[in-house]
Amino acid sequence: MNIFTKTLSTLVGLTMAASAALAEPAIIYDLGGKFDKSFNESAHTGAKRWADETGGSFKEIELQNEAQREQALRRFAEAGANPIVMAGFGFADSLGKVAPDYPDTKFAVIDVFWLGIPNVREIAFNEHEGSYLVGMMAAKASKSGTVGFVGGMDIPLIRRFGCGYAQGVKAVNPNATVIANMTGTTPAAWNDPVKGSELTKAQISQGADVVYAAAGGTGVGVLQTAADEGILSIGVDANQNYLHPGKVLTSMLKRVDNAVYEAFLAGENLETGLVVQMGISNGGVGYALDEHNASLVSDEMKSAVDAAAASIASGSMSVHNYTDDETCPAITF
Amino acid sequence: MDIMPKWVDIIVVPFISVLIAAVLSALLIIAIGESPIAALNLMIEGTLFRSAGWGYMLYYTTNFIFTGLAVSVAFHAALFNIGGEGQAMIGGLGVALVCLFIPWPHWTLAIIGASIGAAVFGMVWAGLPAYLQAKRGSHIVITTIMFNFIAAGVLNFFLVDVLKPKGSMDPASANFPTTTHLPTFQDMASIFGFEKAFRSAPANVSFFIAILACAAVWYLIWRSPLGYEIRALGKSGPAARYAGVRPVKIIMIAMMISGALCGMMAINTTQGESERLILNFTEGAGFIGIAVALMGRSHPFGVLLAALLFGFLYQGGAELALWTKIPRELIVVIQALVILFTGALSLMVRAPLERFFMSLQKAKA
Repeated sequence: MNIFTKTLSTLVGLTMAASAALAEPAIIYDLGGKFDKSFNESAHTGAKRWADETGGSFKEIELQNEAQREQALRRFAEAGANPIVMAGFGFADSLGKVAPDYPDTKFAVIDVFWLGIPNVREIAFNEHEGSYLVGMMAAKASKSGTVGFVGGMDIPLIRRFGCGYAQGVKAVNPNATVIANMTGTTPAAWNDPVKGSELTKAQISQGADVVYAAAGGTGVGVLQTAADEGILSIGVDANQNYLHPGKVLTSMLKRVDNAVYEAFLAGENLETGLVVQMGISNGGVGYALDEHNASLVSDEMKSAVDAAAASIASGSMSVHNYTDDETCPAITF
Repeated sequence: MDIMPKWVDIIVVPFISVLIAAVLSALLIIAIGESPIAALNLMIEGTLFRSAGWGYMLYYTTNFIFTGLAVSVAFHAALFNIGGEGQAMIGGLGVALVCLFIPWPHWTLAIIGASIGAAVFGMVWAGLPAYLQAKRGSHIVITTIMFNFIAAGVLNFFLVDVLKPKGSMDPASANFPTTTHLPTFQDMASIFGFEKAFRSAPANVSFFIAILACAAVWYLIWRSPLGYEIRALGKSGPAARYAGVRPVKIIMIAMMISGALCGMMAINTTQGESERLILNFTEGAGFIGIAVALMGRSHPFGVLLAALLFGFLYQGGAELALWTKIPRELIVVIQALVILFTGALSLMVRAPLERFFMSLQKAKA
């Protein structure tokens, strides 16, 4: 048994060494798992697109518990994976400890913007800008003058979505009412479609006729209920228009897949030591227009939103970012 | 009279159970197109041939020793404590409050304070269902599992509304002061000049507290009058009452010791590993403790061995997740197979073995 084990482990060691020489990129998904129909899945889509287009292979891991964050980072770095991409702000602490130990490895982390380590690329999305655009569309599509927002877990990041949305709504119709609800205060709020559905019904009873869900898996329940009750909804992160054709006004796109794809494509030459802001100007956020919502988006609506997008991209107009000062001019949470 | 020699019961039965689980897992791995031999070697290589692998294994083992002992103590009083998860959560709250709000000068004092905090909080959380059982006859299985949900709610409330630093996205407390940092195996190895050993692995001094707890539980159950009363009540309630054992007192004490042990798991995860209070730090260890206690036959030494096995499975599972395409759900299935065969289905192995030894004895006679 012993010799057998040793021979085999040598073999395993050899194959590992061989793969290390190729410097495969690696991606670490957050605890939600890679098929969460939302954030992690978007990251997986980007990695897979890179693999399909380049024919390369990549390492990946779905974490099972908190203690594995640092472990996965170190093990991938030791095996020579480069670059290593992480999906989620939960990695900030572990990455802060690990990155300085592996100066030759490039790291990229999504939704983190406060580390400032030379070999880390921090990628932040301007969700408030994309949310502003869909907020404008919500206000234009609303007949009652009341629109809703269903957030996932009540954290500053999600308030940033809600704040941008409310600003967009108020820009079109200063007298509009925005009802904002959060699903919960723990990570369970990312995957609670039943509660999402209840919140949507409550908002409908208060007069809302367009509801924006920024709630991960919970949003599936929001979109479903909105479609059942005959009002419009707005999807998030990925293009969710296809879920209920003709019932989803649009989706706020957060191109996590692009961020992962670009990091993988740059490979070992990935530029690090900086914070990349993915906004409207560089295609990081936007709104979705396809055959499933074409009938809902009028030409007037489209031109108004595109004009706003252009002036945000050029810098002539700015949307207030909630996480800058934890206040919002358009709504109170 | 025992039909089988003790060594068969303690060693052969679990070994055969694990073997059956391993064979089934191998078939599963073949079914998804991976090699089971390569998988086993990855698990062994990544866990036993690397000091950091040991460091992770012993970290998980520490958790499982505490929860396994906790379930064992309750088992001896014929109580089924499935509330280990909740008791550990509340224990973690105790650790966090002690570490955050008392200025400890040194970790040696902090660990004593944190242990007391964890044990007292866990004790209270187990004491409530115990009181309901002892005084009102509310079934302990129902109440303890319901208390898991209440504990999760309490922990949420404290993390989100009380302990979370302003502006933080994580539902987690502030970091504990550095004086409460428990020496990890890496820190300890560095003293002897091995800086590279156990690098960044979370195993820490609380492992030794877990070993001490094993010895303490052994002494309590088999060498102290209280342990005698606990076992007497567990074997037969009426007989114990006739002998002058007060059931209410013993149920309360057994459950509170059980809760204290579960709570102390949090020293390892909260003070030792994350060094702040986080959600989900229990990682299911409260439930794994049931399997560990079943497999270890409620004996502290058996619990230690079973905890090592489960520690190996957890760390080995991480290695599989890292280097193979085996999905994480299947890794959970493999761990579950081991629990199924060592716990629930151990009778399936024991019955034929008993027949075998019975026929041996007959042949001798």
